[in-house]
Amino acid sequence: MRDTPLSNCEKLFLLKAIEEKKRLDGRQTYDYRNIKITFGTDYGCCIVELGKTRVLCQVTCELVPPKDSRPTEGIVFFNLELSPMASPAFEPNRQSELLVLLNRQLERCLRNSKCIDTESLCVVSGEKVWQIRVDVHVLNHDGNLMDAASIAAISALSHFRRPDVAIQGRDVTVFSPEERDPIPLSIYHMPICVSFAFFLQGSYLLVDPCEREERVKDGLLVIAMNKHQEICSIQSSGGIMLLKDQVLRCSKIASVKVSEITQLINKALENDKKIRKEGGKFGFAESMPKERITTLKRDEAPVEMTDVKETANDIVTRTETSTEAYLIAYSMGTWGIASFRTDSD
Amino acid sequence: MMELEQSCSVLREFGSEQSLLSRPDGSSTFVQGDTSILAGVYGPAEVKVSKEIYDRATVEVLIQPKMGLPSVRERAREQCVRETCEAALLLTLHPRSSLTVILQVVHDDGSLLSCCLNAACMALMDAGLPMSLLFCGVTCAISKEGQIITDPSAQQEKESRALLTFAIDSVERSVLMSSTSGSFSVHELQQCIAVSQKASQQIFQFYRDSVKRRYSKIQ
Repeated sequence: MRDTPLSNCEKLFLLKAIEEKKRLDGRQTYDYRNIKITFGTDYGCCIVELGKTRVLCQVTCELVPPKDSRPTEGIVFFNLELSPMASPAFEPNRQSELLVLLNRQLERCLRNSKCIDTESLCVVSGEKVWQIRVDVHVLNHDGNLMDAASIAAISALSHFRRPDVAIQGRDVTVFSPEERDPIPLSIYHMPICVSFAFFLQGSYLLVDPCEREERVKDGLLVIAMNKHQEICSIQSSGGIMLLKDQVLRCSKIASVKVSEITQLINKALENDKKIRKEGGKFGFAESMPKERITTLKRDEAPVEMTDVKETANDIVTRTETSTEAYLIAYSMGTWGIASFRTDSD
Repeated sequence: MMELEQSCSVLREFGSEQSLLSRPDGSSTFVQGDTSILAGVYGPAEVKVSKEIYDRATVEVLIQPKMGLPSVRERAREQCVRETCEAALLLTLHPRSSLTVILQVVHDDGSLLSCCLNAACMALMDAGLPMSLLFCGVTCAISKEGQIITDPSAQQEKESRALLTFAIDSVERSVLMSSTSGSFSVHELQQCIAVSQKASQQIFQFYRDSVKRRYSKIQ
């Protein structure tokens, strides 16, 4: 499937609007869209909605032998997938440039910044370590996939709990969540990517571009930062030349945005922890908005089983006897024909 | 002849939301208890020349698991869903086109295939694709004691001796597709089909209610 190409008049309209400091959805230049973070029933699952862009992230763990070069460190594996649901341009099992770019940026943002303490993931040095696998699925592409993916990944990692282990010499016992409470990962800081799109040879910039704005951009600057104002990674693509003060200005804007987003993530994590402790209902089923006209929920209801046995017996006996009836009819038919023939004779 | 106990089996609470994604032509999420599936439909759209059929649409179904890459298990489920969709959709209205259904597993707590079928049907309705009938999925599990459990959770599925999933159609309540695992007798099979047909009534009523609610504001 191919995506509908952008028409020239649409492109000109968008660029003209940007020149007049207007955006399609009425936002200001430095405004982010609404961010909504929901967590699922099991630990380590979260869905992030950045405006209409929707991203699902799941964190899982398993015990594996460590890498030879690093026998005392655990392994963190990132995998971002562009689901064909997200856009008609995404095809399954195709290594597109966008996919490689997003994967590399996510790895740089989360692995190279050393936000996860991998030493704490070691169980038996040189033999068994935890491998944390982070799977990010992009469900709807309405621009700025990088930011949404990084928010989803760090939220899921902060939400995740790994099973408790007991080590006795070289024997390792892994406790199930019912036996012992699972332990959260040790995360030092939360790096979050902020994207800046540049237009008209770097003269205009927009924060959090939507899909249409992304199509007409000249270049993209992604700054990964944490709330302590430490820059974890900077990537500039598109071949535009940026001035030094432009980059500094962007990093200042990024620090403001990152602190807001980190606050939001922490609030969502707090809410989830509170609901779980109180024993209330949690998960995606609960977070589905009830007041909308496009949603409907129905309570648990019993299935009537009153005459199930009779119908079942009926069907079975009918299929068993019908073969005999067919034989009788067949023989009666030939008999009938024979008798008819004799009559006519 | 195995006699199955009359148990008060329940359908877990379910809910759905339609048109929640902006890019696909139709989208829906279907939640059964804790099992949650997100479905997106694109179509009718361009199809690759290698896959086109001259007089009907090509139906493609993709099931994406939450962890790891799709394996043979997903391919088997995709085939079940695809055959049901091909039976329900009016494919001859869109020759040389593709109708793609993408299902993302958001959480698996049992009855996964029936949740996939329900989500796919709601997404096809949301996309407005012409269908000759609606379908729904019902899963029955036969426990070791011989009880029929409808819409089992993951724990109940693990402890059962047989698992049966049926796709039931809305017009004649006939079975469009069946996918079973485990051992069971002919009587048990017929009882499970009868129970699934009863349960499908509730699901079709839910479809009707959600569509009625959706279009209630249009005068």
